[in-house]
Amino acid sequence: MRLSPILAIAYRDLLKFLRDPVRIVSTLIFPAIFIAILGGSFQANLGEDAGYNFLIFTFTGIFAQTLFQSSASGIISLIEDRENDFSQEIFVSPISRYAIIFGKILGESLVSIAQGLAIVALGVVMGIPMSGPQLLGLMVVAIAVCLFGGSFGVLVLSNLSSQRAANQVFPFIMLPQFFLAGVFSPIRVLPWYLDILSKISPMRYAVDLGRGVFYAGQPDYAKVVLRGVPFNIVVIAVMFTIFLVVGTWLFVRGERNR
Amino acid sequence: MQPIIQVDNLTKCYKNADTNAVDGISFTVAPGEFFTLLGPNGAGKTTTISILTTMLSPTSGTARIAGHDIVQEASAVRQNVGIIFQKPSLDLNLTAEENVRFHAILYGLYPFRPSFSTMPGAYQQQVHQLATILGIQAEIFKPVKTFSGGMKRKLEIIRSLIHRPRVLFLDEPTVGLDPVSRRNLWEYLTQVRTETDTTVFLTTHYLEEAEEADTVCIINKGRIVSYGPPAEVKAQLIEEYVLIDAEDREQLRAELLRLGALFSETPLFKVDLNGHNAHQLLKAIDTPLTVLQTHTPTLEDAYLAIVGRDDET
Repeated sequence: MRLSPILAIAYRDLLKFLRDPVRIVSTLIFPAIFIAILGGSFQANLGEDAGYNFLIFTFTGIFAQTLFQSSASGIISLIEDRENDFSQEIFVSPISRYAIIFGKILGESLVSIAQGLAIVALGVVMGIPMSGPQLLGLMVVAIAVCLFGGSFGVLVLSNLSSQRAANQVFPFIMLPQFFLAGVFSPIRVLPWYLDILSKISPMRYAVDLGRGVFYAGQPDYAKVVLRGVPFNIVVIAVMFTIFLVVGTWLFVRGERNR
Repeated sequence: MQPIIQVDNLTKCYKNADTNAVDGISFTVAPGEFFTLLGPNGAGKTTTISILTTMLSPTSGTARIAGHDIVQEASAVRQNVGIIFQKPSLDLNLTAEENVRFHAILYGLYPFRPSFSTMPGAYQQQVHQLATILGIQAEIFKPVKTFSGGMKRKLEIIRSLIHRPRVLFLDEPTVGLDPVSRRNLWEYLTQVRTETDTTVFLTTHYLEEAEEADTVCIINKGRIVSYGPPAEVKAQLIEEYVLIDAEDREQLRAELLRLGALFSETPLFKVDLNGHNAHQLLKAIDTPLTVLQTHTPTLEDAYLAIVGRDDET
């Protein structure tokens, strides 16, 4: 597989994002609202009882969630693109479907990481204390979470036939994960049925990995983090591989057999 | 000569569909030919193009493009074809040059570079040439969304020719363009054909566009209903005749019988020309005529007759 087409596809995604100021602003409004309003109000009302800072808790959760979701929805946009604009060009060019998937994951990850940087900046502005190693850790987490979200997107994509279906299904598979993954609500204790749902939510592991890295060596670590970093890395690696292989296989197969 | 496109018994039945969208069509296209696939909406034109460009798997049947099987050697087929889609396939947020650049990289002509100035000199030269042909030297680095509809189409054609395809597929390329842009695009396409000797495979439902083709293939409901040079298709399907009448109908009738002309009274005398020249017929008639109408069919007549006839069955 040649590298140039993959880079071209990825670069186009990034260019499109950077040239769209409205999109840049709108992708930041949502995390800002959640961190500031939800994190802020939880912290004011419940922070005392919980024994840890809800603003930081929400910040780390939203950071991982945004990157995961942004990469996933970016990949799913391939459905819309397939029938429109330049992607028709991509699909009919002599590059393999695998190159398209990889290019798209890479591109959407770059876009998400750009968003991640902005969220970190937002956190700094809000006065969330961050050390150098923590920042660096978050960036490494960002890369892993983006690739993970991208592979999840491929799996969802491969099972959808139209943009309409995507628009209807996407909220249903994303919104519950907000709560099940503990993005801003604690999930340390859950009823058994929610616990099962939580454990099959991919986003849970992305969020927990982010917190595991951010809270490393901090007093709140034991109260906030569910499982250690190595555990989450293994789960993410396994899920990533399965999503990517199955999703790509289904996608490539379904693409021409309509 | 080896055909550039060879289609054998191609059939496509979409999932959950009762009828075949394309129903066992076969045809060949010679290199350099201007081939038109004509048919009403839903006839199977886009399905055929999608299969031939490897975007869609056929249900049965085979097709080869430039000697490559469309299923087994999809990648080689893609390298050999250029496509202009029904819907514009430009990225409106990118500049014209970026659109061209990404295309060139996807087709493996140049390695990836993040900007125009870092691309190889050969590429830069090619882009300047293209811009000159299109007359957009000033706009080549502007976002495509600032371009007019006709200009976007031209840019797409130019872009699709960069990798020197053997066959250029155009799926209703002039839909939505105003008459002037259409005429312009058409002249440009003719120029491209004569200069590059590219085989052109066009689908359209504009008959005047098909009229200029080397071969017209009319399909309806997934089947070929007529095939051949436009003149032949016309001759095959529509009779050419003159309508005449005279004060003295008896004399005219006798004269026509004597000349051995095939005619019927409708009540005007409808004389079938049957390939003969109208002028010769009229010269042979001495009876003073009061009515004279010649009827020369257009491709549109033929088309409507075919599509209409098929609808009735």
